[in-house]
Amino acid sequence: MPINYYILLSLALFTIGIVGVLTRRNAIIIFMCIELMLNAVNLLLVAFSKMHLNAAILANDAASTAGTDGQLFVFFIMVVAAAEVSVGLAIIVMMYRNIHSVDVNFLNRLKH
Amino acid sequence: MNIIELLFGTLSVLAIFSALMLVTSKNPVYSVLWLIVTFFAISGHYILLNAQFLAIVNIIVYAGAIMVLFLFVIMLMNLNKETEPQKNRWLKLAGAVAGGCLLLVLVAALKDVDSKKPENFALLNGGNTGLIKNLGKELFTTYVVPFEISSVLFLSAMIGAVVLGKKEKQNEAAH
Repeated sequence: MPINYYILLSLALFTIGIVGVLTRRNAIIIFMCIELMLNAVNLLLVAFSKMHLNAAILANDAASTAGTDGQLFVFFIMVVAAAEVSVGLAIIVMMYRNIHSVDVNFLNRLKH
Repeated sequence: MNIIELLFGTLSVLAIFSALMLVTSKNPVYSVLWLIVTFFAISGHYILLNAQFLAIVNIIVYAGAIMVLFLFVIMLMNLNKETEPQKNRWLKLAGAVAGGCLLLVLVAALKDVDSKKPENFALLNGGNTGLIKNLGKELFTTYVVPFEISSVLFLSAMIGAVVLGKKEKQNEAAH
């Protein structure tokens, strides 16, 4: 599969995530759009990892492990995303407890 | 069109459609469910790329753990109704136009990949780098320090979530 297709698919998913962050006002949905953007990047990293493996195999290195780094980066991105989600949802719960809403328009001041 | 191209097209359309539904649906619970569909489509892409470890981890961690956390929070706060107030239509349009411009710029910057060269093909259905044996060996030799640091990160995230989620009795009395 040409790498162009994966680039276009990841760009489309990433842009949908950005449009969601820009247009929605619900903090939880904004958070989910950030997860979507992370996943678009993950998909592109895995595709590039397999592209490098393909190039190594074409250069007559059949037992190559090129591209392992990319997949491990994806693994670490997932780890960091899990930690980020736990803290972020705790912040959203605290915000709901204070202002009884998850609308980010109510967060335009740093005091209450 | 062979079976792999068919699978790729189906999974791509499914991923993009469910991502659009995630952004456009009014009810947050539906958004979570559409995001789970997106994650399954992306896991299907990982399986097509023979990255089986990441496919399984994606389903377990994202679709399993993180999305359940989202659902818990939504139902805990009783947000499963359409509470988003009607806001400025122009702002939504401006957001969509800004995102479209970004997509345009990125596609224009990245479209010149030569898709005829065999080095520019992602290897499907082959290579053992995505299997758990190779990834585990690499993770516990070259990347062992970041692995340990990520465990510290998890510990601090756990403590942070507990501290943030605690009720602050003395602060409420002070206000």
